[in-house]
Amino acid sequence: MAYISKRNLRKEKEKQTAADNRRELIAAGFKRRDLLKMGLLTSAGMLIPKKGLSAHPLNTRGSFDEDEPSSPQTTPFQELMPRLPVLAPVASLTPAPTIAPNTAAGEARTEPHQAFAQFPPQRFYEMSEQAGTVLMAPPGELPPQTIWGFNGTTPGPLIVERYGNLGSPGNGSVLLRLRNNLPTQNGGFGLPSVTNHLHNGHTPLESDGFPCFFMGQGQFYDHHYPNVYAGINSTHPGTGDIREAMHTLWYHDHRIDHTAENTYKGLAGEYILFNEFDTGNENTGFRLPSFGDGQNPLTSFDIYMVFNDKVFDSQTGLLKFDLFNTDGILGDKFLVNGKIQPVFHVSPRRYRFRWLNTGPSRFYQMFILGPNNTTKSFWQISTDGNLLEKPVQVNSARFSVAERVDVIVDFTGQAGKTFYIENRLNQDDGRGPDGEVVGAGQGDKILKIIVDGPVVPDNSIDPATIPATQAVYFYPFPDTNDAARITRTFRFERGNGQWQVNGRLVGDCDDAPRFRIKRNSVEKWVFQNNSGGWQHPIHMHFEEFQTLSINGQAPRSTGLITRGRKDVFRLEHNMEATVYFRFRDFVGRIPLHCHNVVHEDHAMMVLGQIDDQGDNRTQP
Amino acid sequence: MTDSKRRNLVAALGAAPFVLPMLTAAQSVGTGSKFKVIPSRERIRDRYFPNLSLTTHEGRTVRFYDDLVKDKIVVFNMFYAKCEGICSPVTRNLVRVQKLLGDRMGKDIFIYSFSLKPKDDTVPAMKHYAQMHKVKPGWLFLTGEPDDMELLRRKLGFVDPDPEVDKDLSNHIGVIKFGNEPLERWGGCPGMKSPDSIVEAISWIDWPKNQTSLKAKGGTR
Ligand SMILES: [Cu+2]
Repeated sequence: MAYISKRNLRKEKEKQTAADNRRELIAAGFKRRDLLKMGLLTSAGMLIPKKGLSAHPLNTRGSFDEDEPSSPQTTPFQELMPRLPVLAPVASLTPAPTIAPNTAAGEARTEPHQAFAQFPPQRFYEMSEQAGTVLMAPPGELPPQTIWGFNGTTPGPLIVERYGNLGSPGNGSVLLRLRNNLPTQNGGFGLPSVTNHLHNGHTPLESDGFPCFFMGQGQFYDHHYPNVYAGINSTHPGTGDIREAMHTLWYHDHRIDHTAENTYKGLAGEYILFNEFDTGNENTGFRLPSFGDGQNPLTSFDIYMVFNDKVFDSQTGLLKFDLFNTDGILGDKFLVNGKIQPVFHVSPRRYRFRWLNTGPSRFYQMFILGPNNTTKSFWQISTDGNLLEKPVQVNSARFSVAERVDVIVDFTGQAGKTFYIENRLNQDDGRGPDGEVVGAGQGDKILKIIVDGPVVPDNSIDPATIPATQAVYFYPFPDTNDAARITRTFRFERGNGQWQVNGRLVGDCDDAPRFRIKRNSVEKWVFQNNSGGWQHPIHMHFEEFQTLSINGQAPRSTGLITRGRKDVFRLEHNMEATVYFRFRDFVGRIPLHCHNVVHEDHAMMVLGQIDDQGDNRTQP
Repeated sequence: MTDSKRRNLVAALGAAPFVLPMLTAAQSVGTGSKFKVIPSRERIRDRYFPNLSLTTHEGRTVRFYDDLVKDKIVVFNMFYAKCEGICSPVTRNLVRVQKLLGDRMGKDIFIYSFSLKPKDDTVPAMKHYAQMHKVKPGWLFLTGEPDDMELLRRKLGFVDPDPEVDKDLSNHIGVIKFGNEPLERWGGCPGMKSPDSIVEAISWIDWPKNQTSLKAKGGTR
């Protein structure tokens, strides 16, 4: 059998499954003729496997999908891709924010703000987590969907803020008050108990959205985001380390055991940080395409794109969630900023796209498909919202759940042409992709881009003009030379249908922390995945890491880039990687978890904390 | 559709899960509208809870949805009477969960253990297993036609996507699932977690009796 490729082997297995299913049906009293009539049997006698019912099947072995067809038909490229609304600050909050939790007024927070006095909030935001009604497809093709969202929208409003600290004018400290106004009736899935993670801010941990710090209906929670660079209270007192700047973040529900259904139902939004280098103005700093007001197509060229995949009930047309699936959930409808396969009109110039995958379980490898199945290259400028040292020309970018990729796409001279953002990474079930990348035009076209906007000035940097000899255009990567206080190994594995880390069952809110990191120390972590079947986007809150090695090799600076600062490590089949962390400035509870949110909800999470003692557990 | 017709459909679905596409088409005929308005609770029932005929360790015949799930808070797991290894600790855990749930067991909260070896798990074998673990009213061990039990296992997601791993029954025993059927809140957790934390996870879907469980929990620092 050695000559049979993995794909053929899978097809063989599918054929076998189909044959078994056919025997089952016949045993259940259905005649071959009945099956033919129902269109479930080919004339050759094969049961039409699920793959025959849909080009993009759900997991063939999950719970509901065996007996349900795919989502209703929708017409692609009809709806405009929404530009995300920018959240406006409010003048003040009532009651006024307090350092200690305002329990009497209904605040769910249990720990005092640790950095409130040092970084008093300069601006205030308030949002309500509540049900809302949205259209995801062209009118009439799917009924209005009841979602749960921030201010009732999904994806939630874009928060645009600026770094500020003692070394630069102004102060970036903000306070976000979230209220839980979710209903008791969930329409089939969703738990009205929430905690909000700002992924991946350098945030004091009582404000970070720890999975166990949840709030119930009617409560509120104040999140203090100082928006400072790591190092502000340690290695780079008073300023922080500019090399730790983060620019593309997002926020999302993180309710322990119920994150998948709550984020799938809509509880996710975006967060951008600018500073004096990444200014949002293409005439200054790094001269990246202007953000403008985020709305005006003539002045706003910095576009946040939130990708996710969903399934809709074939009978009711309503969003459905596979309640009993534990491997991961794949949708057969692809959304960008809340619309299924929308269209985006651009002018013939450069754009910054900020790509985010909110899951629940799919990995993407995005290409830009041009006329005649050509593939257009673009410039990758960041990994997980952290700028690379300089733009790197690539043909594609791969990102699993929660990963972000910022890119510069140059449509100069392309007026009149049409492009598609195309996912060419094959994935048949929730465990992860099989590694196969299909050919140009063979993947899923997710967004249509038409270059028919007016000609407008373009003062943004053309990455092609940065001399090859110039090693650093953005920030240099922070060094990774300091000795680690400890090297810890996290072996992710599966036993008895449950996730284990280092052979032990994983986290629980009331357990003592599995690992304790000493504040202001360096740690090296080794991530191991011994499985050839599962892949996991492993996410650590609060600090960005740098990859030192993957399977003994240095991380890649070209192609599928793995060198750079990141907060999600794509732990692929049979992989071992070593990463370098510096945990600075703040203390508190912290999770390490898989960001395939279905795995996450099935306890693929280890809970630790940062404190001033630390521990010496090398295999937590 | 009349209730009896729907029952037939559910029964047919139970026997032959692949027929739904046809039924969908048939139901649409004549309605004139593209989508039907069906309560989500009903869709969940249709998707996951075939109304199969099952036999309890007390020898009673019951309907899975009508008698066991409808209007209840339920806890599901898989077992077989001759199982050692992981079965014992999970069952022991559930015995303690049963104790912690107190007098709500058998009133509005129920535990159901489904046989992975329905041919071996006869009524006497299950009864012996139940007595050995001193299970109280409100906890049922259930068996049925092998095809039905297999369907149930798949419907409730006690499956592994790798067929080889799926064959190893121990992989279906380490997980428990639970839900509040009328409220449509569902969840799952490792069966090897501490009984306290299993009860806590159940408390999150336990509404309206346990509303405080959804509020701030705080930490253990
Ligand atoms: Cu995972």
